[in-house]
Amino acid sequence: MSTENSSALDINDGHHDDHDHKPKGITRWLYTTNHKDIGTLYLLFALLMLFIGGSLAMVIRAELFQPGLQFVDPHFFNQMTTVHGLVMVFGAIMPAFVGLANWMVPMMIGAPDMALPRMNNWSFWILPFSFFILLSTLFMEGGGPAAGWTFYAPLSTTYSNDSTAFFVFSVHLLGISSIMGAMNVIVTIFNLRAPGMTWMKMPLFVWTWLITAFLLIAVMPVLAGTVTMVLTDKYFGTSFFNAAGGGDPVLFQHIFWFFGHPEVYIMILPAFGIVSSIIPTFARKPLFGYESMVIATASIAFLSFIVWAHHMFTTGMPVAAELFFMYTTMLIAVPTGVKVFNWVATMWRGSMTFETPMMFAVAFIVLFTIGGLSGLMLAIIPADFQYQDTYFVVAHFHYVLVTGALFGIISGVYFWIPKWTGVMYSERLGQWHFWCSLISVNMLFFPMHFVGLAGMPRRIPDYALQFADMNAFISIGGALFGLSQLIFVWCVVRCMRRKGEKASTQVWEGAHGLEWEIPSPAPYHTFQTPPNVK
Amino acid sequence: MKRYLSSLRCVANYPVLMWMLFISTPLQAQTEKYNMTRGATDISHQVYDLHMAIFYICCVIGAIVFALMFWSIIYHRKSKGAKAEQFHGSLKIELLWTAIPAVILVVMAIPASKTLIAMEDASKADLTVLVTGSQWKWHYKYMEYPIEYYSMLATPRDQIDNLAEKTELYLRDVDKPLVLPTGKKIRFLVTADDVIHAWWVPAFAIKKDANPGFINETWTKVDKPGIYRGQCAELCGKDHGFMPVVVDVRTPEEFDRWAAEQVELQAQAKAEAEKAAQQTQSMEELMALGEKTYESHCAMCHQISGEGLPGAIPALKGSAMVTQDISAHIHIVVYGKPATAMQAFAKQLTTSELAAVITYERNAWGNNTGDLVQVADVAAAIEAGE
Repeated sequence: MSTENSSALDINDGHHDDHDHKPKGITRWLYTTNHKDIGTLYLLFALLMLFIGGSLAMVIRAELFQPGLQFVDPHFFNQMTTVHGLVMVFGAIMPAFVGLANWMVPMMIGAPDMALPRMNNWSFWILPFSFFILLSTLFMEGGGPAAGWTFYAPLSTTYSNDSTAFFVFSVHLLGISSIMGAMNVIVTIFNLRAPGMTWMKMPLFVWTWLITAFLLIAVMPVLAGTVTMVLTDKYFGTSFFNAAGGGDPVLFQHIFWFFGHPEVYIMILPAFGIVSSIIPTFARKPLFGYESMVIATASIAFLSFIVWAHHMFTTGMPVAAELFFMYTTMLIAVPTGVKVFNWVATMWRGSMTFETPMMFAVAFIVLFTIGGLSGLMLAIIPADFQYQDTYFVVAHFHYVLVTGALFGIISGVYFWIPKWTGVMYSERLGQWHFWCSLISVNMLFFPMHFVGLAGMPRRIPDYALQFADMNAFISIGGALFGLSQLIFVWCVVRCMRRKGEKASTQVWEGAHGLEWEIPSPAPYHTFQTPPNVK
Repeated sequence: MKRYLSSLRCVANYPVLMWMLFISTPLQAQTEKYNMTRGATDISHQVYDLHMAIFYICCVIGAIVFALMFWSIIYHRKSKGAKAEQFHGSLKIELLWTAIPAVILVVMAIPASKTLIAMEDASKADLTVLVTGSQWKWHYKYMEYPIEYYSMLATPRDQIDNLAEKTELYLRDVDKPLVLPTGKKIRFLVTADDVIHAWWVPAFAIKKDANPGFINETWTKVDKPGIYRGQCAELCGKDHGFMPVVVDVRTPEEFDRWAAEQVELQAQAKAEAEKAAQQTQSMEELMALGEKTYESHCAMCHQISGEGLPGAIPALKGSAMVTQDISAHIHIVVYGKPATAMQAFAKQLTTSELAAVITYERNAWGNNTGDLVQVADVAAAIEAGE
């Protein structure tokens, strides 16, 4: 892909820059409708939430360092696991992906901005208020939500305290924000592609985000419905989830996971897209099997709607339903496998270099695959009866969410930050960040497989003595992983302060695509005249 | 210096010692610390075999994919002068790596389905036990015998609070285990009183959610007598981590003897309660039993200090509920408060314990009402009904 007259474009952009009257100071960020500004806001917000969620995890790991209750009481411990999950899922991973979409989707498809810029501003500015509401409950009498991030009824309804009302309101706001963000992505991709940017020419990041946006629009209303039913069950006398009134607590889980399973893919598909951009760049070789990647992504998205009950095998379903959900779940391994094989085939006979983005992308493939394989084990129902609700599950979803989604995001940030800021990040710091993260994250999550298999349930503040050695080791890994992320902050801050080597337009030797044909740093407005994609 | 050297030698010997320890420990104990238990039933053996089979299949798949990848990482790098080829797809290869995993999945699905179908067939049971989870204890009721009781954590509070040395069975022991006979097919009906719990015994490969208002069923047949331990596996509130499951499996003869004994004991307890209702007790007697009962049944929520947890659990210290109307106080302890964590204790405690604990609450922590609640008062409240 190349633009017809990129030099003319540059002049155009430069010209506009001079007349660019963005407000100064805080109002620039409050009123901005610029996709790059909003992308930056999303990414910085996600980084803040990553550290808040991480601090909560540190409390969890400190308490689990040794058997016995040392630091917090069990009720507070439950608040920590609950809010850690909510903050990481809705505050760190999802906004980070929206931030990357804001920055990169218009630049990748040759659009001047997102299609709905005012809504874009609004969908971001809802988030800080939503999380203020959620986190403030931790300081209220009785504390925050403590029923787990999955807030199963009736623990979250009849048996919860009044933080439930705040939690429900917060989730409603998050849902509004996500839905608006998703609509924006869809409208942008449908309407603002540059001439010649046909569907099958779109970079995979754009494809995966398009599919993710449809998933979001399909399931966020379901989540909103779920929390509304929780609210009315608790305060308005309904009995959706209360057997005494003719309801069913398991109904909650069906509805929640009908949202929850696609949500899992919402958090991983954009990472697939990022890795699919990075691997070809550093292998200096086109992506292997582009079409099959698109088809595989769409298949995974479709399958995500018919596997939800695999989170609930122990709830007591009819055998026929159990078998159905076991088979559909196993089926997901096929398109996921295709993706992994395609990445390996892309690397095969390439001419690879291993800058930080590539390191994180390679680690993503290996560690995400480990998470995928443990997911396959979890699909086997008889074995799942033993794995369910143990640390084996905790290990599984942290492999796909931390070394999967989060590593994907981090590799994307290293990959694109030269384009955003105009300076290269420090390669030395980047490599330090990578190796420290890689070692500590595996110290943190790998042993969790074994404590889980040996019988340690999740969400417990205290445990039997045979789990003590492993938990101490895991906690040390956790502390190291947390500290390692400070290197990342240092790297990002250096770039934001324009400290570092100046980046070229193409940035990476093997980089191809529209985003690499505009200057670094990307001007405030890009592609005001659509490029012509050949 | 000598000491220093010898300690150095110790460090040098450490791996050797660890290895010797490893091979000398029975394999069972080794694997159970880091792997799923093989368990004690035919089903649990099947589950273990399935688990190991999938595990090895995943290892082989992982090894092949990662080997190819690392081969490429080592040899196809720019610094080694590798030139990038420009191929970007092959329908044949794509079809191949779609088909091969699909075949592997079918191979895995067949034995998994068979085992699952066997696990879900709870028909033709010899004995049925109703398992009820409540915050945070288990209740067992034998459907064929007039036996039912609660089973609670036996670990002393001091060990949890690090005030006493933790013993070997820390958090894994209960006051009264579930007792079962060997060689009989036992059906479990699993339900809950309040929130969702999950009854999990790894050695039987049973984990079943206990849903309030619904009954799940599952089964086991254990051939070897022994003590099997598990715990609640579904987040059920504050003390989710403190509700272990212990199953004591005995030979049928021993089980029959135990059952007969229990029937007699429960009859005795009933007679005693009736006798106690005729007597009056002194403040000292009531306070002594009351304190003990309070600590084992009430302190988990209302705290030893009676101060509760602000915003979550009401305080008893200075509360109008426990310092004013006696009959309202008796009513809430006996019947609980619907839609809250406050349970009905009529079934869990004897009338003597109920009378004692209510007296204790009215006179501890400076409540000093001077009120005495006698067994007869409680018995009357139970008689009157809710």
